[in-house]
Amino acid sequence: MAQPAHTLPAHPEKATLEGKNKYLGFWFFLGGETVLFASLFGTYLALRGSTADAPGPADLFHLELVFIMTMLLLTSSLTSVFAVISMKKGSFKGMIMWMWLTVALGLGFLGFEIYEFYEYNHLGLGYTSSAFASSFYSLVGTHGAHVTFGIGWIITLLIRYRKAGITLTNASKFYTAVLYWHFIDVVWVFIFTVVYLLGVGA
Amino acid sequence: MSNSSAAQKSVVWDWLTTVDHKKIGIMYFLAGLFFFTIAGIEAMLIRIQLMFPEMAFLGEQTYNEVLTMHGTTMLFLAAMPMFFGFMNFVTPLQIGARDVAFPFVNSLGFWLFLFGGLLLHVSYFTGGAPDAGWTAYAPLSTTSEGQGVDYYILGLQVSGAGTLMSGINFLVTIVNMRAPGMSMMRMPLFTWTTFVTSMLILFAFPALTVGLLLLMLDRTFGGAFFDIGLGGNVVIYQHLFWIFGHPEVYILILPAFGIFSEVISTFAKKRLFGYSAMVFATMIIGFLGFMVWAHHMFTVGMGPVANAIFAVATMAIAVPTGIKIFNWLLTLWGGRIKFTTANLFALAFIPSFVLGGVTGVQLAMSAADYQFHDTYFVVAHFHYVIIGGSVFGIFAATFYWWPKMFGYRLGEGLGKIFFWLFLIGFHLTFFIQHFLGLVGMPRRVASYLDGQGFNEMNLISSLGAFMMAVAFIFLVVNVIVSRKNTTNVTDPWDGRTLEWATTTPVQEFNFAQTPLIRDLDALWYEKMNGNGKIKAAEPLDEIHMPNGSILPIIMSSGLVVASFGVIYEMYLLIALGLLINFGCMFVRSIKEDHGYHIPVSEIKKQGGES
Ligand SMILES: [Cu+2]
Repeated sequence: MAQPAHTLPAHPEKATLEGKNKYLGFWFFLGGETVLFASLFGTYLALRGSTADAPGPADLFHLELVFIMTMLLLTSSLTSVFAVISMKKGSFKGMIMWMWLTVALGLGFLGFEIYEFYEYNHLGLGYTSSAFASSFYSLVGTHGAHVTFGIGWIITLLIRYRKAGITLTNASKFYTAVLYWHFIDVVWVFIFTVVYLLGVGA
Repeated sequence: MSNSSAAQKSVVWDWLTTVDHKKIGIMYFLAGLFFFTIAGIEAMLIRIQLMFPEMAFLGEQTYNEVLTMHGTTMLFLAAMPMFFGFMNFVTPLQIGARDVAFPFVNSLGFWLFLFGGLLLHVSYFTGGAPDAGWTAYAPLSTTSEGQGVDYYILGLQVSGAGTLMSGINFLVTIVNMRAPGMSMMRMPLFTWTTFVTSMLILFAFPALTVGLLLLMLDRTFGGAFFDIGLGGNVVIYQHLFWIFGHPEVYILILPAFGIFSEVISTFAKKRLFGYSAMVFATMIIGFLGFMVWAHHMFTVGMGPVANAIFAVATMAIAVPTGIKIFNWLLTLWGGRIKFTTANLFALAFIPSFVLGGVTGVQLAMSAADYQFHDTYFVVAHFHYVIIGGSVFGIFAATFYWWPKMFGYRLGEGLGKIFFWLFLIGFHLTFFIQHFLGLVGMPRRVASYLDGQGFNEMNLISSLGAFMMAVAFIFLVVNVIVSRKNTTNVTDPWDGRTLEWATTTPVQEFNFAQTPLIRDLDALWYEKMNGNGKIKAAEPLDEIHMPNGSILPIIMSSGLVVASFGVIYEMYLLIALGLLINFGCMFVRSIKEDHGYHIPVSEIKKQGGES
């Protein structure tokens, strides 16, 4: 079932109508996701000063931790780009290797995020402590849920196609998963700016 | 794999697992009609309660529940699904496609909608339906007792997910699956409005998702978004809801605009006047629809600058809408008009909708809105646009596309009785409510006192509602007794667009050979300049079809199980439901399903040769 690499077209992810549909549909889906996160950002911005008696952004956020998390996620986006480059070159091994690296970096990010939430909770910021707390955990938590889903998705693909080679069917699957991963990354850049940088600055 | 395995299965199993856009369209339509009937009965209960002052027909609490369910059901579970039914059935045919882009997702969208709607209605049997109005404003909704509002939140969340998927599916279908020669500017207006409507769904529904999510987090998980004591802010919900809610109004009206464009040009026997202006007006309405949400919040205290900006933006929408009205009038101008039931609804729509538009501009004047706000004037306004626009559109489409969808023509005699009763009943019910509002009757209140000058007008309004109910019975009778009209169902109206070039019933592959489109109004062009048959763009060859799947129903059930977990705060149930859902996604992802092929011999046997 594995096609030899040299017969693959230049854009294997969009070579079939199904692949083309998936590609376009996924872009539309990301458009909807953008509105979803924009709504959460708007809510957060409206409530970020409403700390009640609980700790606020300036008491909690440490840029060192967030910097490490940002680096992990940005690098994981880079490795997923390398995976797509490998795919287009027809190197299945390379693609799989870079995707696993992406997963590892994503898991690292997730670990730090869990640690971060645990730490804030320890410092007295429960989910129900204040409107700021609810909106912070909801925004960052929704992003974290997306990361989790992305990791699960990519691992599923990696295991399912561990020996398949690049085919016209799985090329579009890997490609959309990478698109999703980039999107998560872009959202994080906004979270980094709007939540952490503004939070520490204020 | 061949299609023989598909043919052996039972009829019920076939419909439960179908991924055929035509069957899904029919199921959308019928499910929508079912919910339309329920919401109509709720409307009658409301009008009976308000028939006389201080009636005790429904208690206050029941009134609030019925009112909430009427609005919610009509918008989310009746009007939208019925439009989705037509979109699903007709749009792929109009662009010459074999199916939609994602048949599996299409089926999933339908089952999510249906299960979400049923979940909402379970609340009636478990201690009370939602009672916070269809808008579910916080803190009314966050402090509402019982589980009613939880059912509202989860029911709409589940069905909303389905709507979003369907929207994406239509978008990709229209962009990627058009037949050769079908450029964007040759698409029928109904396909265009499907496209713009889907765009609105895509960008509006996520705001509702977040709004409902915040309500859920506050009610079930102790969030503080709308808890003033902890720094919450209830106006955020209003913004989120209306960022969705105003585009929702256009989601409900644009498909109707598309239907009227088809119906009017067909029955005036003329090409639609100002086609490109119609297309651009649709896009402008869609765009402006996102810029005006705060006109629902003029009295919330945003200040004069914000109010003025949103007022002007709102009034600007009257311009593209006016362009459309004039284009329909000019299409009729000089046409050989046939007064079929479908066309009567289209013709009645024009003045009825203009009335609703005029009161819309009145309401858009933010200073004057302080007087109109939360009175029956608003109720009259939105029923004029939603019945006079969307519902008339649904009925026009019902009579217009019924032969193609169900294989028989609805009776014209009964149809006209239905039309006149409904039209008169509608105006009788709602015209007078403008004046009820102007003399100060507040909306959403279970009763009113004697001697305030409301009595006669309320009685007249209720009588009109009874007339509409009788009219609806005529429609149901029509559907039953007309089943013998099975002649002349392939192209009964001398149609202009591609769906009338298919056989009736439409073959599962729609077109044996992908059609070649040579002009706008593709079929009409061939009737005038060709031999009346659509040219083929490809030689007869075997056709690839997708396999059916039961997974959509299982996935939707999983989400319903998780929803019950949230409603009753049973965390194991949430986990179980999500496990079912993600398990199905996992199975779907790892199982490559390449569908099957219909061989040429089979296509020929089904009469697919043109
Ligand atoms: Cu509005």
